[in-house]
Amino acid sequence: MALAVLLLLGLLLTGGAYAMFTNSASANAQQVSAQDIAEGEKLFVANCATCHGMNAEGSENGPSLIGVGAAAVDFQVGTGRMPLQMHGPQAARKAPQFNEEETAQLAAYVASLAPGPAIPDDEYLDPALGDPAAGGGLFRTNCAMCHNVVGSGGALTRGKYAPSLSGVSERHIYEAMQTGPQNMPKFNDASLTPEEKRDIIAYLDEINTMTAPGGFKLGSLGPVAEGLFIWFFGLGAVIGLTVWLSARAK
Amino acid sequence: MSSKEHTVTSDELDVNGHTNPGLPEHKPRLTDTYPEIERRFERQVAGWFVLSMLGTVLFIVSFIAIEPGESYDLMRLSNTLLGLGATLALLGIGVGAIVWAKNLMNDHEVTESRHDIHGSEEDRAIAVEIIKQAKEESGIARRPLIRNTLIAALALAPLPAVIVFRELGPLPGDKLFNTLWDQGVRLAIDTGGIPENPRLLRAEDVTIGSVVHVIPENIHDGDHALDEKAKAAVLLMKIDPDELNEDPERADWSYDGIVAYSKICTHVGCPVALYEHQTHHLLCPCHQSTFDVTDHCKVIFGPAKRPLPQLPITVDSEGYLVAQSDFPDPVGPTFWEINTR
Amino acid sequence: MSTTTPEPTTAVGKAADWADTRMGASKLVREFGRKIFPSHWSFMLGEVSLYSFIIVVLTGTYLTFFFYPAMGELHYDGPYVPLQGVEMSQAYQSTLYISFELRGGLLIRQMHHWGALLFVAAVSIHMLRVFFTGAFRRPRELNWLVGVGLLALSWAAGFTGYSLPDDLLSGNGLRIIDGIIKAIPLVGTYISFFLFGGEFPGIDIISRLYTLHIMIIPAAIIALIAIHLIFVVVHKHTQWPQAGNTERNVVGEPVLPTFAAKGGGFFFLVFALIAGLSAFFQINPVWNYGPYDPSPVSAGTQPDWYIGWADGILRIAPGWMEFYIFGWPISMNILVAVIIMVGVLVGMAVWPFFEAWVAKDNREHHVLDRPRNAPTRTAVGVAFVVWYLVMWAGASGDLIAVFFHMSLNDMIYIFRFLFFFGPIIAYIVTKRICLGLQRKDREVALHGRETGRILRLPHGEFIEVHEPLDPHSAWRLVAFDSPEYVPAQADENGKISTAEKWRGRFSKFFFEDRVAPLSKAELEAAHAHNEGHGHHLDSEGNDQDGQGRPLPH
Repeated sequence: MALAVLLLLGLLLTGGAYAMFTNSASANAQQVSAQDIAEGEKLFVANCATCHGMNAEGSENGPSLIGVGAAAVDFQVGTGRMPLQMHGPQAARKAPQFNEEETAQLAAYVASLAPGPAIPDDEYLDPALGDPAAGGGLFRTNCAMCHNVVGSGGALTRGKYAPSLSGVSERHIYEAMQTGPQNMPKFNDASLTPEEKRDIIAYLDEINTMTAPGGFKLGSLGPVAEGLFIWFFGLGAVIGLTVWLSARAK
Repeated sequence: MSSKEHTVTSDELDVNGHTNPGLPEHKPRLTDTYPEIERRFERQVAGWFVLSMLGTVLFIVSFIAIEPGESYDLMRLSNTLLGLGATLALLGIGVGAIVWAKNLMNDHEVTESRHDIHGSEEDRAIAVEIIKQAKEESGIARRPLIRNTLIAALALAPLPAVIVFRELGPLPGDKLFNTLWDQGVRLAIDTGGIPENPRLLRAEDVTIGSVVHVIPENIHDGDHALDEKAKAAVLLMKIDPDELNEDPERADWSYDGIVAYSKICTHVGCPVALYEHQTHHLLCPCHQSTFDVTDHCKVIFGPAKRPLPQLPITVDSEGYLVAQSDFPDPVGPTFWEINTR
Repeated sequence: MSTTTPEPTTAVGKAADWADTRMGASKLVREFGRKIFPSHWSFMLGEVSLYSFIIVVLTGTYLTFFFYPAMGELHYDGPYVPLQGVEMSQAYQSTLYISFELRGGLLIRQMHHWGALLFVAAVSIHMLRVFFTGAFRRPRELNWLVGVGLLALSWAAGFTGYSLPDDLLSGNGLRIIDGIIKAIPLVGTYISFFLFGGEFPGIDIISRLYTLHIMIIPAAIIALIAIHLIFVVVHKHTQWPQAGNTERNVVGEPVLPTFAAKGGGFFFLVFALIAGLSAFFQINPVWNYGPYDPSPVSAGTQPDWYIGWADGILRIAPGWMEFYIFGWPISMNILVAVIIMVGVLVGMAVWPFFEAWVAKDNREHHVLDRPRNAPTRTAVGVAFVVWYLVMWAGASGDLIAVFFHMSLNDMIYIFRFLFFFGPIIAYIVTKRICLGLQRKDREVALHGRETGRILRLPHGEFIEVHEPLDPHSAWRLVAFDSPEYVPAQADENGKISTAEKWRGRFSKFFFEDRVAPLSKAELEAAHAHNEGHGHHLDSEGNDQDGQGRPLPH
């Protein structure tokens, strides 16, 4: 399957070779087979059209998908957010409903409707090529207020939330920045260049893979978790000790 | 010493008419009765002390053997082993001493009498006498001039100790009203910290649904760049002009749906940076003040009162986004003199 | 003294003689060696505070050898990859050095932080113990005041330390402090400029907080601890109402050897606990937050737990509380946090005097109240705890919202509701529980413990066998102080002063609902009655004292 995706990505990007010279991963010209688009349309009509409309023009229940690009589809369907399980403040990440091939076909179909951000080039997803220190600065400025400095997630208004970023693939992180799913703002190539997006990916990769030097991380949630821990565990242990110490020996 | 201790008598103080039955009879412990159990506890205590020594050795060995700072794994290993060594070294002594005290030391309850906290009548009389004598000998009561001038001098003496604190900082002046933004100052992207070469922004770089964190291009011009950034940080958002509910007087403060607002919360100054691009709400992560970008960042929820100040922007002849002026309203938390200008 | 005693011959004897002739050691040993400390787990909580403070001082001293409290900028070149080349202050850089490169540095830093959290927690719970048992009453009111001072200083010590690493979290904490200071009418702006040496953040604040953190505040804490302990010696320890314990004695263990061994051993256990926590649980990973920069902020930006309630008030207070008088701002939405914090400290300080005034109780108390036997005090205390918890939880509303999939806004509405009604509900519920427990005590003292064994009497009646209490157990249930409602009294001129009217109202509030302790006559009557059954039996249905509820047969 991974091979198929690679092949597909190769196909998607061969037509957009100029992207490498313009330093843009948002290649609008995509070459996918007409068959993919046809398969994608079938999947779309069967699974998405109820909300997004027969021609992806949108309805009361879902936004128009014309011009959102393959990247948005790959993110939403690839992370299981779409198809939506139920209406709520926010679509939650869940096990994807479509396999990678079907996801790619859906993406190809939506991308064929109007130009939009494409699935990013592997070059911009490789953490090894990024600068985690630069990425850290960008992450703190652009992302940490919602997702927390180490991507543990956080609350937004009225039941919405910024999800945890641990375990999210590099490609989906890139696509989220590029397409701004749900209430997340879009970070276009002017505000965060593809290289900068890669730096952010490198930063996340570094902090997610590193051993925590000080021990168990208590969820990386900061002082609240630490305070609860000292009250329940620290003081609990202390009281246990005082009870043992002042109890009469048998 | 022994005079303080006495066996409890049961009738010392009655409560609600009930007579205190006195201490219950002492029950012997296993160690009081069985010598072999006593010896077992003796070995156990010694065992805890030996564990402590092993912990100390573990600490020293880990300290010498592991150099942290080469990799995260070594840092973790160093921290864990040093901590484990210290824990065992301390735990052994602590548990050993307490097991010893509980099982091998005398556990008969001892009673001590309480004594009056106040002095005896004699003590009090002597104390009064001493104070009287001091009053007499100093003549403080007879010489009101000395007493009153002394009180005045003592009251004034701390003033220099207060006034020296004047040197702690400059007076506010108009610093809280001014930022680096001014007519023609270009908007630069905030890439974290104080960038060496600010990256400028053009209007077409800001697309609908996007947010750009912005600082003035001349961020280095102030005395201290972080102080300037703390006032001048701005959020730039582009909103479909149909959704933007602009005050006609401020209609020219935005450019093609691009609006710029201070990022510094008007509550207590956290960066208000959580932008929801569908609801157009800005949320402060510290205290949850929520601002409506479509309505000139008026407060719609939470503890803030004032709207976020808007930075009037336009584009210059080269197409770069620039400020039209400084913020018309002071940025950041409310302060006493806020309406004096 | 040595001139009159024979020359010591053993090495220990010589050392003892040396010490005695130079500092009168024998008098100290005589005075303190056999001082009695009652043994109860809840009496060890003050020790936990003291011990964790000592540990924090020891670890903190070590940290000062390596920490640079300066805000000069440099570029990081240490082993932490995500910050390499990033511009940061010397304070932050040296904290990273301590954490990553100094052998044992991370352990000591984590011990310092865990120890500090434990210190404030232990102080808090120690004060709750003192409050709920009435140990603050005469003659210990002044020591309670010292304790209130120590609590406030522990917050100050914690907050100044939290701010030192100059990372993004602590910097945003300082920014909030700056916002609070600026809200102070008239002088706020000036205080802010003086504290920060100009505009926020400036380059002075870290070194100034450092001086406070390592010198003034610990010195004040040590001075107050010394006074606190001297008072403990002067007053001798309180004790629980148990058989053998009276207002005129102290029953327990002598300092030498038992209490010294237990207390000394306990110091090592607390030390071991903090070391163990620091070995296995990461605290305040400053490297995650990055250097302070006024533009970014992290989701979940919260203070350490003991400041959390103030942060919670800031979140709960609505924006309309800021208003303007002729253009001059009164930011009550912010000042309310300061007012509540100061008000709580003042309220705590005043409480012992208030309670003594209301109850017209000027006696010495060395035997503690069981919390149930002071229902109104206990209920007020629990109401305060609930109020505090609401404010504290308010500071983590965002995390609670995410965790329970709730709306952040709804969380704040809930906290606003609970801020007012939580304490009232807690007061009513606690008072009822206390009175219920008192009634249960009364029942048990009268009729003995329920054994759960059911007997059928020859005439067919089923009864539960009650086991009578031995006199030692019964003492605890019958011998307690139970003040009664004293209405406002007229003075010698036949007038009732306003203050006395208020005292009467408070007295009614405190003592109107009351379960009277058993009198000796009642107890003897019940025992005679129980004896009549011959088997120490009783059935609820035969209860004749009017206090119990007849059970259906």
